[in-house]
Amino acid sequence: MNDMLERLQRDFNISDITERKSRLTTFNVKKHSAETLLRELRDREGYTHLNFMTCIDYIEDEIFTLVYMLHNYDKKYSLGIHVNISRDNEEMISIHTLWAQAWTYQRELREMYGIRFPGSPRVDEDFCLEGWDQIPPMRREFDTKKFSEERFGHRAGRQSEEPRQHMKVEIYPNRGGSEK
Amino acid sequence: MFKKTLNTEDTLENSGLTDEEQQLFSNARPQAYEPYPIKAVEDFANWARANSLWILAFGTGCGAIELRPLMTARFDANRFGVAGRPTPRQSSVFVIGGYASVKTLKRIVRSYEQMQGPKFVIALGICPVNGGMYFDSYNTVNQFDQYLPVDLYITGCMPRPEVLVAGIMELQKKIKAGECDGANRYVENFDWYKTNQKKVIKNWDMPDYNW
Repeated sequence: MNDMLERLQRDFNISDITERKSRLTTFNVKKHSAETLLRELRDREGYTHLNFMTCIDYIEDEIFTLVYMLHNYDKKYSLGIHVNISRDNEEMISIHTLWAQAWTYQRELREMYGIRFPGSPRVDEDFCLEGWDQIPPMRREFDTKKFSEERFGHRAGRQSEEPRQHMKVEIYPNRGGSEK
Repeated sequence: MFKKTLNTEDTLENSGLTDEEQQLFSNARPQAYEPYPIKAVEDFANWARANSLWILAFGTGCGAIELRPLMTARFDANRFGVAGRPTPRQSSVFVIGGYASVKTLKRIVRSYEQMQGPKFVIALGICPVNGGMYFDSYNTVNQFDQYLPVDLYITGCMPRPEVLVAGIMELQKKIKAGECDGANRYVENFDWYKTNQKKVIKNWDMPDYNW
């Protein structure tokens, strides 16, 4: 395992190697070498299974982090490959040539985050959101509550409690929740 | 063959369709149900309707999971004359199983309009009432009765099959009393419902009513 990571560090300049659990390690890789790295892992290292592919929006750092989770059935070990892409130029190399099923994930990411994957099959078709006319909803600058109120409206009479305060006062009054 | 209504004052625009598709669908408005002129006959018809509620097997949300045990031996909805039906044309009850996303709402509207009258809608769970836990979701409608008429609400998250049985008995009572006029409300306020539907369903590429 460590040999492989050392070699990857040398060849692909991976960084932030973190052992998250006993059978899961994650690391960062640069955008332009990600596809080559994934191909290497799949063909030479036995990480043949793409568990999932997803995205995290770090709006404070102005990046999207794409996560590719690979699994090795012989070693029973998982690798999470993180790729940071800029929020201004949200484009990534499509990996549907490596794993055919990746086009589904990429279509979803295109819809939910607006990340472009040139060449990925059917990537611009509607997926879950039909006729969506706003900014992609999973981007964190999208105000989902405001949108819901404007588009769907709220029925009068709905009451919400702030959960922490409600538990303190109503459910556990003897545990320091004196104020009422 | 279909028959196109030529009187332009009271027809539907079908503006979501292409010119070619316009030829394939009728543009007539829906018509309200007229009860039998003799009350005893109407009462008998209502009794018959109440005892043969056929539910459309279209699980529109998580609440559809409660319809499965309803049909099997433990809750045995057959004793109330309830049966599952595979197509809208054969069914008379539409159970909205919990939340309705916009994509599903399009299919719900389409299925509801395909159902033949008399037809009834049961809204299951809290989500069709006020959005429930999805009240701030970008994709889930908050007030279901803005889009389709609801005859009976069964609230809860999730309601157990016992409650659904109670709801079906309540629906039977309402039908026997002749109070379930949801389909007629849909016809009377058709333009209002259509406007609301088109407000959330942005890619309207289907006819306005007739399937």
